Amino acid sequence: MPPVFGVLFDGIAYGMLLFLMSVGLSVTLGMMNFVNLAHCSFAMLGGYVTVTLMNALGWPFFATLPVAFIAGAVASIVLERLFFRRFYNSNELNQCLLTIGIVFVSIAAAAYIYGTDQQPMQLPPYLQGSIHFRGLDLAVYRLFLIAAAALITIVLVVTLEWTRFGAQVRAAVNNQRMARGLGIDVDTLFGFTFALGGGLAGLGGALAIAMLGLDPSFALTYLIYVLIVVSVGGLGSIAGSFAAAMLLGVADMAGEYYIPALSSVLIYLVMLVMIMWRPSGLFGRR
Amino acid sequence: MGQVEMGQNAVSETITAGAGNADGSALSARGINKSFGSLVVAADVAINLPAGVRYALIGPNGAGKTTLINLLTGMLRPDAGRIFLGSDDITALPPEARVQRGLVRTYQINSLFPQLSALEAVTLAVCERRRIARTWWRPLTAYTEDIDEAHGILATLNLAAVCYRPTRELAYGQQRLLEIALALATRPKVLLLDEPAAGVPREESRDLFAAIAGLSRDITVLFIEHDMELVFRFASRILVLVGGRVLVEGTPAEIAADERVRAVYLGKEHGAPRHG
Amino acid sequence: MTSDSIAAAARETAPAGARDFLRGQIRWRWSEIVFWLATLLPFVLAPDYLVLASQVAISALFALSLDLILGFSGIVSLGHAAYFGVGAYTAGLISVWGWGEPLTGLVVAGIAAGLVGYVTSFVIARFRHLALIMITLGFGLLLQEAANSAGWLTGGFNGLQGIHTWPLLGKFEFDLYGYTAYAYALAGLFLIFLVARRIIHSPFGLALRGIRENGARMPAIGAPTHSHIRTIYTIAAIIAGIAGAMLTQSTETVSLEALGFQRSADVLVMLILGGTGKLYGGIIGAVVYMVARDQFAGLNPQYWYFWIGLLLIAVVMFLPNGILGGLELLAESAKAQWAKSKWAKTP
Repeated sequence: MPPVFGVLFDGIAYGMLLFLMSVGLSVTLGMMNFVNLAHCSFAMLGGYVTVTLMNALGWPFFATLPVAFIAGAVASIVLERLFFRRFYNSNELNQCLLTIGIVFVSIAAAAYIYGTDQQPMQLPPYLQGSIHFRGLDLAVYRLFLIAAAALITIVLVVTLEWTRFGAQVRAAVNNQRMARGLGIDVDTLFGFTFALGGGLAGLGGALAIAMLGLDPSFALTYLIYVLIVVSVGGLGSIAGSFAAAMLLGVADMAGEYYIPALSSVLIYLVMLVMIMWRPSGLFGRR
Repeated sequence: MGQVEMGQNAVSETITAGAGNADGSALSARGINKSFGSLVVAADVAINLPAGVRYALIGPNGAGKTTLINLLTGMLRPDAGRIFLGSDDITALPPEARVQRGLVRTYQINSLFPQLSALEAVTLAVCERRRIARTWWRPLTAYTEDIDEAHGILATLNLAAVCYRPTRELAYGQQRLLEIALALATRPKVLLLDEPAAGVPREESRDLFAAIAGLSRDITVLFIEHDMELVFRFASRILVLVGGRVLVEGTPAEIAADERVRAVYLGKEHGAPRHG
Repeated sequence: MTSDSIAAAARETAPAGARDFLRGQIRWRWSEIVFWLATLLPFVLAPDYLVLASQVAISALFALSLDLILGFSGIVSLGHAAYFGVGAYTAGLISVWGWGEPLTGLVVAGIAAGLVGYVTSFVIARFRHLALIMITLGFGLLLQEAANSAGWLTGGFNGLQGIHTWPLLGKFEFDLYGYTAYAYALAGLFLIFLVARRIIHSPFGLALRGIRENGARMPAIGAPTHSHIRTIYTIAAIIAGIAGAMLTQSTETVSLEALGFQRSADVLVMLILGGTGKLYGGIIGAVVYMVARDQFAGLNPQYWYFWIGLLLIAVVMFLPNGILGGLELLAESAKAQWAKSKWAKTP
């Protein structure tokens, strides 16, 4: 199979994962201006939940996914009620420091419980191997990833565009004061949004293990990528996050394939240029 | 009816004078346009402030009054139009350069330095004017003249007694005065006051305007104000802005007699204005 | 009134009080003098810990540099280690290339870091808030990756090999016990502290506080905000570079962690822990942080960060102005208590 297609295919699968892990952060950032650097800790939590359920309790892979979602959602709503809501009106430095503290704690906790090694995970047989299609060699799991993430994205977009909840979220992202004035209970709404975002991150983390691996540094390593997606895509913009995630996924895979020595440098360079060029992101309004 | 037409003539005359940038004009602007998307906030606005004049800018909420100040001071970039300070074209200058040349504004909502004492804030403004704020190798206390000047400005506005307290501890009215003190410290030629008495009780706002009226005639003043009594008492000319457009411009008498002004603004909200 | 009449009014209203007020803020306090004398105690009381003390002093210098931009000017940075690292590698490289004289090494390292700081400051000055956080973070990571990729220059993952520092002033060898290292680091810290103190109490320092308090208002009093930010950012980069060079020279090693995210986060923790915008906050924070880390040295670094994480959360939640801020609060309430009891006694 020609490398271009392979890189594109892997990049899209990777981008889908990045999108799942970052969309929640994009919405909460756009809505409350809360810089949550601990977002990837929810993804890591989802990953460890799946690994534990599969390896220790023998659950099937698919049965663990809803639990990973719930774990991410519960963890994020607990943190939101305990810590984050006190800092909505604080400056972004305090928000950063608070959430970096949570990242450190989560990394250390994961290292304490699971050690610092990569977690082994055995995918079910029907997700292993690859299929041949018109001379292309496509890994089944990556195909599954793309399909699953596409499905989740559609559900998400439908939820946000056509439900009352979605309308309220969009109103609050657009103008929080106005939304309050219209009688929307923004605090409760934000709790729900936070749970949804954390849940999606947890799910993304669970799906990511087979492709990206899982160790305690996950919460920090992929935080950078998630931040790039959010800041390049524009706060609160789902379409922007999607486009940025795809772009980053493909670019990172291409960089690693064609110029492995400089790929990380290039990613950061592109990110810096993007932020300087459009500080509010590709699809940002501000 | 005849009076109204005279008012209109006055408008067109002033606008031509502004466009021609005649002598004696402290600040003039012509053809100022600005829109945010489909929302037009300034449409072909022209103004001309003769030196030493006390000029009121009035208009209903959302008329674009604060936006006009933002445009004149460079906080916003106009889509089209030119702005002159004296005879200099300042359209392309950044806000701080306009301040250094003497075009200074205050804010409708107190925009101060909460942790700095009033004395430090005004001293800072003096230092910036004297271009010594880049000096990092000499202590501030070496600049006794500048400290004295800052203290003097605060004293003339009756703020000397509280000038050592952090700004956030000052009473609201004192903070309004500090806004003006900061502006004065820059030695303005043209002072644009955005609702200087906003939120101040009526009795105090008279004192505040008395302080403004007491400013040197070297300083040309434009102020936004909603209280018509204050407007007619302190302004020598009035400009009415509606929907980002200049509706009419003239002396208080002309404005008071203008039926369009009554219809759009005065009649609706405040009744007939009384002459101060 | 005219400007002349303002000047006249100024003469009348006895502004001597104003001068005294500002002088009072600048005056050296007894507690400061005691503090700096106490920094000499390790030579006598804890000669076994001088190596640690020298690292504390270097970290304190680095934190002081961050305080100048973060604490006094309100410029947030998650990538300040970039300048520390540039200084550290510059000092290491000139030593490897055959010039191990420490003082000139410091100067060259400071200049190199200052140049990088000056160039980046043009970008820094234009942004605030989240964009600034992302840019500083991204720049730090970029530099780390670049240093990693440029293995031919930096030694890559293994660090730079073969650094040798010549004796200080041609006389004092950098010994194993850290006598020279601590004296060197402490002298550097003190001298640069004096410079920082001077900056803070200058007209420029006042302008920086204005930017921190209300950056958007500054242009309206005629302040060239961007130019001010560029100046202080460059100065802070120079100081960070000097701190980095000191670490390289006194340990005779330099590796990628000198400019990593972890170092940026560490210095932020030290400063926040001690208290921002107080000059001494970074120093106190560095002492507490480094001594604690030394005590927990047996601990797996992973677990060390568990406590650091908890500490960060606790400080942000309960001690927003750091240790020094907390102490000030305690002192004030004690004073108020004392005044109250005195008032109660007098009938």
